[in-house]
Amino acid sequence: MNLSDGVFDVFVVNFLYLMLMAALLLAFVRLAVGPSMPDRVVALDLIANLVVATTALYAITTNQQVLLDVAIGIALITFLGTVAFAQYIERRARDD
Amino acid sequence: MIEVVAHWREWLVLGLLSAGALFLLLAAVGVFRLPDVYTRMQAATKAATLGAGCTLLAVAVYFDDFGVTVRALLVVAFIFLTAPVAAHMIGRAAYIIGVPFWHGTKLDEMAAREGDSRRAASDEGKR
Repeated sequence: MNLSDGVFDVFVVNFLYLMLMAALLLAFVRLAVGPSMPDRVVALDLIANLVVATTALYAITTNQQVLLDVAIGIALITFLGTVAFAQYIERRARDD
Repeated sequence: MIEVVAHWREWLVLGLLSAGALFLLLAAVGVFRLPDVYTRMQAATKAATLGAGCTLLAVAVYFDDFGVTVRALLVVAFIFLTAPVAAHMIGRAAYIIGVPFWHGTKLDEMAAREGDSRRAASDEGKR
């Protein structure tokens, strides 16, 4: 199965990338604007999901199975990061 | 039509990829436009989980290899297990530090809980 078999037009693939990049841009605006700390953590969580999906799409378009391992790594680290952020926010609130 | 039947797997991959990208775009629009943290969080958690899940299923279908399928399903299962936990922790942290609700929010079940007066204490100023 190859990408140039007809179904995967270059236009279609680029359009999928474009959708993911538009989503990334919107999430990044939320990350920059805030306004509160949990807002930014939520935006980071979404960005990580977007990166996982982009990696998966890239694995398909370049025909590289290895990139799936990258997606696994990102998915694992994201969860730890989000939990750490949540703990940090809570602890900072308790210490005040 | 014959073309579709002959290339059913590619069409399935394309459909899953499109659905995934669409859900992720909707999640980002939700995170961008919804009024407060708690509503944004539900867009980022549910829609983004479904979007990433669809995209990874597309990888599993596309490569048609046992190892790849197992790993893709593993990632999907992991995301489905961890996304609610992460969202719960962020939501609780946001509530504890007193991030304000949207004015349309009517129900605050945490406020009714005995001994949890952090919200009342933190409403007085700091965010």
